[in-house]
Amino acid sequence: MDLTYTAEEQAFRQEVRAWLEAHVPKTPLKSFDTRAGFQQHREWERSLNTGRWSAVNWPVEYGGRGVTLLQWLIFEEEYYRAGAPGRVNQNGIFLLGPTLMEFGTPEQKARYLPRMASGEEVWAQGWSEPNAGSDMAAIRATARKDGDHYVINGQKTWCSRGAFADWLFGIFRTDPNSERHHGLTFILVPLDAPGVTVRPIAQLDGETGFAEVFFDDARVPVENRLGPENQGWKVAMATAGFERGLMLRSPARYQNTARKLVEFYRAHADTADPCLRDAVARAWLNAESYTLNTYWTVSRLMSGGSIGAEASLNKIFWSELDLHMHETALALLGPRAELTRAAPDAGNIGDWLDGFLFALAGPIYAGTNEIQRNVIAERLLKLPKG
Amino acid sequence: MEFRFTEDQLTFHASLRKALEKECTVAHLRALWATETGRSPERWAKLAELGLLGLLVPGEHGGLGMNEVDLVLLLEETGRVALPEPVIETAAVGAPLLAATKLAEEWLPKVAVGEAIVTFGHPLNPFVTDAHVADLLLLPHGDELHAVPRVQVALQHEPCSDASRRLFRVNWTPKAATRVAQGTDAQRLLAAALDRAALACAAQQLGIGQQMLDLGVRYATERQQFGKPIGSFQAVKHLLANVAVRIEFARPVVYRAAFSVAHETAARAVDVSHAKVAASEAAVLAAKTVHQVHGAMGYTWECDLHIWMKRAWALEAAWGTSAWHRARVAAAVIDGRGPAATFGYSAPGA
Repeated sequence: MDLTYTAEEQAFRQEVRAWLEAHVPKTPLKSFDTRAGFQQHREWERSLNTGRWSAVNWPVEYGGRGVTLLQWLIFEEEYYRAGAPGRVNQNGIFLLGPTLMEFGTPEQKARYLPRMASGEEVWAQGWSEPNAGSDMAAIRATARKDGDHYVINGQKTWCSRGAFADWLFGIFRTDPNSERHHGLTFILVPLDAPGVTVRPIAQLDGETGFAEVFFDDARVPVENRLGPENQGWKVAMATAGFERGLMLRSPARYQNTARKLVEFYRAHADTADPCLRDAVARAWLNAESYTLNTYWTVSRLMSGGSIGAEASLNKIFWSELDLHMHETALALLGPRAELTRAAPDAGNIGDWLDGFLFALAGPIYAGTNEIQRNVIAERLLKLPKG
Repeated sequence: MEFRFTEDQLTFHASLRKALEKECTVAHLRALWATETGRSPERWAKLAELGLLGLLVPGEHGGLGMNEVDLVLLLEETGRVALPEPVIETAAVGAPLLAATKLAEEWLPKVAVGEAIVTFGHPLNPFVTDAHVADLLLLPHGDELHAVPRVQVALQHEPCSDASRRLFRVNWTPKAATRVAQGTDAQRLLAAALDRAALACAAQQLGIGQQMLDLGVRYATERQQFGKPIGSFQAVKHLLANVAVRIEFARPVVYRAAFSVAHETAARAVDVSHAKVAASEAAVLAAKTVHQVHGAMGYTWECDLHIWMKRAWALEAAWGTSAWHRARVAAAVIDGRGPAATFGYSAPGA
């Protein structure tokens, strides 16, 4: 056990820090859930890519730096420390990217990965349907093979980034006689294809962070299929593992929030309810726990281990931690917590309120925490299936 | 950076686990409750033979000369079997404390071979565990630290809910002859001893929590209601899953604290407090949850679960409650009194 950074790791941190100091936009970008903000974020992704920082842990041949998972953690720490913008293409870079590397053909990798890294193509995810949310195997949207095309019909919903994205990845029923998780195929769909209609959905904060997507005889070439036909469930599960596991939620995000919460408490210490001091300490400790658990997992992965159902432990922990930290911040604000950004007395309330609303989605997206608890119980604890 | 145990450490761990499962059975634990000392000299000799008691004793005094990273997994196993003997007081706290005093040469060889039991008192706690079987008591007095042979103290037994625990109030008179440190030296030794004890408790709490989770999973798999194992019901699944989350997230926190103690890092105190809070909370949640999963069976003396439940509560209160340790973290992180650093980050202004 050696919990000190190597010289190489420290040098990497300095390199990241220097680049970010020179390039992070001085004024915050608009929300990427607005059209103008989306465009700003796309430009930021391009800027990141010019420094080859966009997909830093990808192999060099796909546009990354091929760094270790530990260096990826360092990158993320510096990224949040620098106050750099949220990643509009995280669906692509952190979820679809690794899936493409595992299941894609050489042509698919060459076609999609560079444009993903540069922000030229931003991806939405198409998992859920109106009757297939937590019960994802209940998918009904179909893809019927017609010569060298799939003809897609049906509907996807809660497609994150769907309102302004260029592409969507999802699973569709290719075998009409199949049930549940059999007979599904993972397909990449351009959102500007004829027969595809995107209807933005306003979320709790009033912005359009997600969308529903309708397919009416939309035709996509067979080469847009990722992995074998009727094997889409396996491919999607790999993607979901990336989502719940390490890549989507690096600890830096929570370390940064915890740090801000401590500063926020200090600023309000005179008026704050004394019991909130303990809540702040708990928040800081739990953010630390998450960090340590990630480093622990990364060390295991770097020495040849793998991550499976453990990803569900992760997902529960970060989503509940995030919500707890933001609830604590709102409690510190007291009566001011109900103000919006537009209020004269708002100060930095808007950031905490936005963070709170986003955190509220955490226990739901990427598989509800109830589903994660079932996974833990059945796959890690080996309890009998219900 | 490599946050993992070596093959040697894991091998040692596996062999100790096997030995403890044989040496410390529930039947033997229950049999000892009714005995006068509640302790097994045979098992103590075995623990010495296994290398546990002399693990932190320097090589020149007959020990293994290893550190807390080597020890932490082993302590976890002593929690898993609810070992009653004072390994925390003797091996994790007493040995390194004695090593820093003039008594090292006289006492450490005896500790390493299991011929001396050492226990330890701290201003945070009015009670001393296992004072009745100890050969030497390390006791604070104002800004002094004393090492007092048992023959020089009077003990008042304080019966405990955990039938394996033996707690005492110690009455004694400080003398120049028993003083081993004073002033800042004594404070430094007491602070290090508290951190070592809290770390050791945290390690045991991990093992205790894991054992209760395993018991809960086993019971939920076997016990049938409505024609099915109760573990197939989502309500029961979710209770146990919550415990698994807390234990898994406490685990690396405890291991990092072991590193911080072994290497005397600047953030040692905060890291240890974090470990104590995380592991104690996980164990206490496990106790409450697994008790619920057992239904009325868990409320009986006959069911073994209470062996671990009571130990979890006892250790939560020993060497600083969770509230005390969170307050110590808050003083460092919020008030900036003391370093609180993590990988790549630190508390603001720290």
